Amino acid sequence: MRLLASSAFVALVACMAVAVRAQEKNPFAGDAKVAKVGEYQFRSNCAFCHGLGARGGGRGPDLTRAQKHHGNTDAEIFHNIHDGITGTAMPAATNGGIGVGMSDEEIWQVVNYLRSVEKKATAAETGNAAHGKELFYGTAGCGTCHMVNGKGGRLGPDLSSTGASRSVEYLDESVRRPSKRLATGLSEPMKDFSQEYETATVVTSDGTKLQGVVLNEDSFTVQMLDTREQLHAFEKAKLRSYEKTRESLMPEYDAKALPEKDLKDLIAFLLAASEQGGGK
Amino acid sequence: MKSVSTRSGGKSGFPASLGMAVLFAVTATAAGLFAPQASAQVTFERLLNSSKEPQNWLMYSGDYAGHRFSALDEIKISNAASLVPKWAYQTMAGGKFETTPLVVDGILYGTGQDDRVYALDARSGRPIWQYQRALPVDIRPCCGRVNRGLAILGDKVFVATLDAHVIALDSKTGNVVWDVSAAEHAKGYSFTLAPLVIKNLVLVGVSGGEYGIRGFIEAYDVATGERKWRFYTIPGPGEPGHDSWEADSWKIGGSPAWITGTYDPATNTTFWTTGNPSPSNRGEGRAGDNLYSNSLLAIDPDTGKLKWHFQFTQHDEHDYDATQVPVMIDEGDRKLIAQANRNGFFYVVDRTNGKLISATSYAKVSWSTSKDATGRPVPDKTAVPTPEGNRVCPGAAGATNWMSPTYDPQTKLFYVTAREQCDIFATAPQPYEAGHAYYGSAYFPNDEAQPFWGALRALDPATGRLKWEWKHTSPAWAGVLSTAGGLVFTGDAEGNFIALEAASGKALWHFQCGASVYSSPMSFAIDGKQYVAVAAGSALFTFALP
Repeated sequence: MRLLASSAFVALVACMAVAVRAQEKNPFAGDAKVAKVGEYQFRSNCAFCHGLGARGGGRGPDLTRAQKHHGNTDAEIFHNIHDGITGTAMPAATNGGIGVGMSDEEIWQVVNYLRSVEKKATAAETGNAAHGKELFYGTAGCGTCHMVNGKGGRLGPDLSSTGASRSVEYLDESVRRPSKRLATGLSEPMKDFSQEYETATVVTSDGTKLQGVVLNEDSFTVQMLDTREQLHAFEKAKLRSYEKTRESLMPEYDAKALPEKDLKDLIAFLLAASEQGGGK
Repeated sequence: MKSVSTRSGGKSGFPASLGMAVLFAVTATAAGLFAPQASAQVTFERLLNSSKEPQNWLMYSGDYAGHRFSALDEIKISNAASLVPKWAYQTMAGGKFETTPLVVDGILYGTGQDDRVYALDARSGRPIWQYQRALPVDIRPCCGRVNRGLAILGDKVFVATLDAHVIALDSKTGNVVWDVSAAEHAKGYSFTLAPLVIKNLVLVGVSGGEYGIRGFIEAYDVATGERKWRFYTIPGPGEPGHDSWEADSWKIGGSPAWITGTYDPATNTTFWTTGNPSPSNRGEGRAGDNLYSNSLLAIDPDTGKLKWHFQFTQHDEHDYDATQVPVMIDEGDRKLIAQANRNGFFYVVDRTNGKLISATSYAKVSWSTSKDATGRPVPDKTAVPTPEGNRVCPGAAGATNWMSPTYDPQTKLFYVTAREQCDIFATAPQPYEAGHAYYGSAYFPNDEAQPFWGALRALDPATGRLKWEWKHTSPAWAGVLSTAGGLVFTGDAEGNFIALEAASGKALWHFQCGASVYSSPMSFAIDGKQYVAVAAGSALFTFALP
């Protein structure tokens, strides 16, 4: 009996040791076939947020970038998938988390897949971040409405961690055509979709006209920040008028307003800023 | 495979550190001192005649017809605006709270996340007993650790669990009377639905369409837990419909039955609906119609024999489960089943023979643009998922889902929560492995610059036409209740519980629950006072007039 118990204990310890090791070392490192299997796992479990091809979606960051915000080693990526990332929307890949759960093996397959789609740094990633910062707070006027690492305005989304969480293409598009895909804001735990940065124009019962961004909304109420950065909460039925558009308050920066090189520098600034501490 | 145990102890699930007894049964009234003749409280007769006791809510949909209609009329159009919360019961559990409670003679019986069950004083919300299933770690709930409710007969309530057991609990104590393992949970079998009692049988249907199960509906003896019949929703070799599956795909073809059926005592027929074929989003390897996935089934409840079937979506590749309550409607002499299907069509079927009467889209549809000779919508080749991704409406969550519709016999309208969301379906071939996800595809919201939204829609079953709609800010997951007070109640993803005028869709009252409503409301009365109840977040809320 005792013998049985102690051998069971030994077996348990052995299992734990294997489990720990299994989460540190990629058993499939460099195996292209496994990367293909991992692609299917990725599609089933990850693409919902990170997009087909891992290039970033509405919610999840571009994972094709070589420099990853929450860790670059295989083990770190494994842990981020396995356990989720605290303080972000990234859930643990277990039952009750995203999709239908992945085994350790399947997570390693996904790690392999991510390695297979990594790209070299783009021009934007190698742009002049210092010049980008000058533009951001200077002539481009971004800082009037956007904050980066504590400095800037509040009307638009805080961009401190955007460089890490969005693809370069997404950032590019957001500057050139801000209304094409509105930025997402508040996510509620049980709602399928996040609130978007829609533009609201209200006239209150006393005739005051306000314009701003919708922070949240339901059938009966709206919560908004006006262009003077004042918070308002209204019952819709008590407003004289309430209009909402998907035309962003942000102006479109075409190549005339912001030459291509300046855009690259601006994005380089956002990427660098997110490396420095935003988003942690 | 099947084990029947008769024991009185519940399985411990509450951590001991919480210092909570697993079951606190308030029964021990000095046993033996008073021993009046115990009589079974809820008879089959009572279930058959549930409309005669509108103060009670005796089954998941309120009645055998699946109407989710309450004949109570104290709360009405003229006073609904003054509704106030009366009590809330907190399960303290996370995840989606999908239960519809039962109320029997002043006692409310409900379930919660992680297969907890409780009996409450329906007037005050104070607990009488609680049961918590100790769930194994290797369960495979695809979509949350949810449970939708109970069935009751005699002195037992019946619950079907995430580890694929069917359990009878003593309705007075919460003690386990019997506990039967129906299938191997580690292979992806689970239960989430509220069982249905017919005569002396308790009927359940299995979940697991995301895991390559072989679906079934089955019946257990209420007294002993002995399985009386099992109907596989995928025909085996030699059975009609077997040839609608390619090679061995039938063995792992899914076709779960995870929403509670209805029952027509006049013809002794029970109606059940089935879910997607597996893998849900990839048809390669399972050529054929894949019977009886995504179907309406008419079954003899005594034997489990199939009387007829009607398949809504053949060879589905978009996860269009037909698991919406099949609602029985009588229109003059015509005996019908109405169903607003996840695939975006509102179907009316003759329930005596399964013949289609009409199919009308009630939400945006792109998967089908043509109908067969019988008027049944058929899938378009152009809607098949592709490696690059193919945008299809409705999306994978459907034009509606499991949340209950309601049929109001006063307005003669059918009310359903509609979701306007399209998704991109991209193939992701994967081999079958027991207990592992088996989708065959990825889907995700298309990122066009248009927000998804939802609506409560009032449909006329006679024409399929939209009578009115109440727009939700985003797609909702709440079911609908209609009442004789001329009202319908529903919830939204923003956490509002809303009362609307049934005839017009005008909102009369709302309450912010603080979490998205993922449940279907019900109504009951205590001493003549009407309550409306709905689960949201981790709380069961009740509302009444002040």
